[in-house]
Amino acid sequence: MLEITPTHYLVLSAGLFMIGVIGVMVRRNIIIIFMSIELMLNAVNVNLAAFSQQWQHVTGQVFAVFVIAVAAAEAAVGLGIILAFYRNKETVNIDEMNVMRW
Amino acid sequence: MAEAIVFYGLAALILGFAVLVISTRNTVHSALYLVVNFLLVAMLYVMLGAEFLAAIQVLVYAGGIVVLYLFVVMLVNLKRPPETHQDPRRQTRLGLALASALLAELAAIIVYSATGESAPAATAAAAAGADIAGGNVEQIGMLLYTNYLIPFEVASMLLLVAMIGAIVLAKREL
Repeated sequence: MLEITPTHYLVLSAGLFMIGVIGVMVRRNIIIIFMSIELMLNAVNVNLAAFSQQWQHVTGQVFAVFVIAVAAAEAAVGLGIILAFYRNKETVNIDEMNVMRW
Repeated sequence: MAEAIVFYGLAALILGFAVLVISTRNTVHSALYLVVNFLLVAMLYVMLGAEFLAAIQVLVYAGGIVVLYLFVVMLVNLKRPPETHQDPRRQTRLGLALASALLAELAAIIVYSATGESAPAATAAAAAGADIAGGNVEQIGMLLYTNYLIPFEVASMLLLVAMIGAIVLAKREL
């Protein structure tokens, strides 16, 4: 228990990812849902950094940089969509976002 | 010993603040807890020897993305909280069954990986000629501009497209 192995980091990352999934499932506010997605991406990055340390190779960290770039792009576009939607419907509740539901 | 104490402390704080992010009523508080969570994860990166990643985490996540979130929370003026109305189609039983199945799977994975033989040590990889010379930033830059040059360019293209898309979406009329 006292020696910190990559398994410890993987369990922590799994926990962080699960909290993100719970946030996406449970909350109705779309901004909080986006924050939960950021939490999940962070969990993935912890995973990549842990493996990078285990193999003493920085490829994992390079991929983590790519994940961060994708997360930034996703946040920009997602928040733009939220703003555009809010301008039309005056709500951020995902239960009321059913324009494309058949 | 010291590493274990730091790791468990950081892990507890990270998970605690993550729970606060998804459980707080006030969206602004949620964003602020998210900042603390990102900073703690950056400390975890330092522990893992990924200093460049820690710096990027602080700059891009805590400095950039969360500010974006705060701007949107301010622009989206919430007169009535979105959580008030109940979803009539909520399927509690099915959700409970699926959640317990997922919990059982996760527990099985953790028990299996904890009792199985430990992963091959890092020395094997280090002996296999991994390039560990130079600083962390130097190594990442070297890899990013040689082996991963095309993904790097694609990522820059993606950021450009996202920037244009965000402007088009957020603009009132073009």
